[in-house]
Amino acid sequence: MLEALSYQFVQNALIAGILVSFIAGIIGSLVVVNRMVFLVGGIAHAAYGGIGLALFTGIPIFAGTSLFAILAALFMAFITIHQRDKIDIFIGLTWAVGMAIGIIFVDLTPGYNVDLMSYLFGSILAVNQEDLYFMGGLLALILLALLFWYKDILAVSYDSEYAAIRGINVPFFYTLILILSALSVVVAIKVVGLILVIALLSIPIYIAQSLASSLLGMMFRSGVIASIFTLIGLWFSYSFNLTSGASIILVAALSLMFFILWEKLR
Amino acid sequence: MQTNNKQTLISLQDLSFSYDKEMILEDINLEIHAKDFLAIIGPNGGGKSTLLKLILGILTPNKGSINKIDSIGYVPQNTNINTDFPIKVIEVVMIGQGLSKRKLFGYAKEDIAQAKEILGEVGMLEYADKKIALLSGGERQRVMIARALFSKPKVLILDEPTSSIDVEGQKQVYELFKKLNEEITIIVVTHDISVVMGYATKVAHINKKLSFHDTSALSTKIDTQTNHVCEVELLEMLGKCKC
Repeated sequence: MLEALSYQFVQNALIAGILVSFIAGIIGSLVVVNRMVFLVGGIAHAAYGGIGLALFTGIPIFAGTSLFAILAALFMAFITIHQRDKIDIFIGLTWAVGMAIGIIFVDLTPGYNVDLMSYLFGSILAVNQEDLYFMGGLLALILLALLFWYKDILAVSYDSEYAAIRGINVPFFYTLILILSALSVVVAIKVVGLILVIALLSIPIYIAQSLASSLLGMMFRSGVIASIFTLIGLWFSYSFNLTSGASIILVAALSLMFFILWEKLR
Repeated sequence: MQTNNKQTLISLQDLSFSYDKEMILEDINLEIHAKDFLAIIGPNGGGKSTLLKLILGILTPNKGSINKIDSIGYVPQNTNINTDFPIKVIEVVMIGQGLSKRKLFGYAKEDIAQAKEILGEVGMLEYADKKIALLSGGERQRVMIARALFSKPKVLILDEPTSSIDVEGQKQVYELFKKLNEEITIIVVTHDISVVMGYATKVAHINKKLSFHDTSALSTKIDTQTNHVCEVELLEMLGKCKC
């Protein structure tokens, strides 16, 4: 096992795993407390349209998925602000239409296509240097946003109506949270794949929520817990030659089960 | 009138508001003075909450004008939202702060000191570092009042503050209002008519239109010390004055 650490791709995978875990921990906390989990699920699946577009036009995958995820996020933000009671319908719509666009683009792309499974279920062992820069840059951006706006984000997340009365620009912060979620989805696709993103954005957060007494504490704990799941999942994946994304998610789900049992018995 | 020499904090003139074509409030005139304790009563759908929203600036009137001071604190009706949110009591209180004058990250020492002072005032200081999820309905209500008081308002507006708490909790909350009323103006929307007699100095009945009652004259006729006022009797009295 230890000699594996000398391989560049294993080192990249470990760094990517930890970066994405903290991104997912912070953003996942915001998504969960704002009750936007399925909204972000919709954005993740819509991102598949971007994968199709990238394959068809030859632009980088990151660019295609970012474009589609951000467009979906802006659409979701618009609906959240103006028609929150109808959001379910639009989540379903975005979810399915994004995927459909992706599939059609892949159909139109001539020749044999790259392994699409890696986008659906992740390919953390294929993370390269540029991916790491993108992930590190995103984490820095998220931390910067928190540095400037933590109190506003806290106020909006806890009680958006009251925040609005106090003069906080609630639509701006909803949009900010959703755009950061979209970018987080893009990097998390690399690690666990777009189908499994939702689990990484919710399982560690669920555990952290009952352990933390502040939003900041919840974000940090979520990051640590997600990192542990990712590292253990990677170890399983490497040792037994299993798909990395699925291994990470099953480790997380089993841990959640034990956590709930432990909470009940306590 | 005794109120003539008091400072006017909020004044509504010929205020009307309608959703689409349905008239909700019509020709409302109301003056609220320093240290008033105004109870707003009226049937459901009569426009009580709409009036509060107009005063708070959440809605804008179709007709008429509102003159008001900036320093108004607000306690919303539903304080049971997001009860499992990971947030400490003291952080909830500090949300009451406005946008100006605050540190980039973390909380200023003087803000924490002020939040603790206000939590002391509402009798919740020992809960400052507790998670909001661990509090009862009445305790949470006090925290929301502390949040509204954090910006040191001259007027405190409360929308049905006791609807979700038990009788003992209600009494404590109203005793708190009485204490606060020594310093600031209180406006409370309520269904609880006995409160109107026990605490309020003025009553506004709203059902599309507003009728105003100064209860300081009435209270001499009813013994409020017994803590029980027959609501039917009271309604009768309020109904007798021609307005």
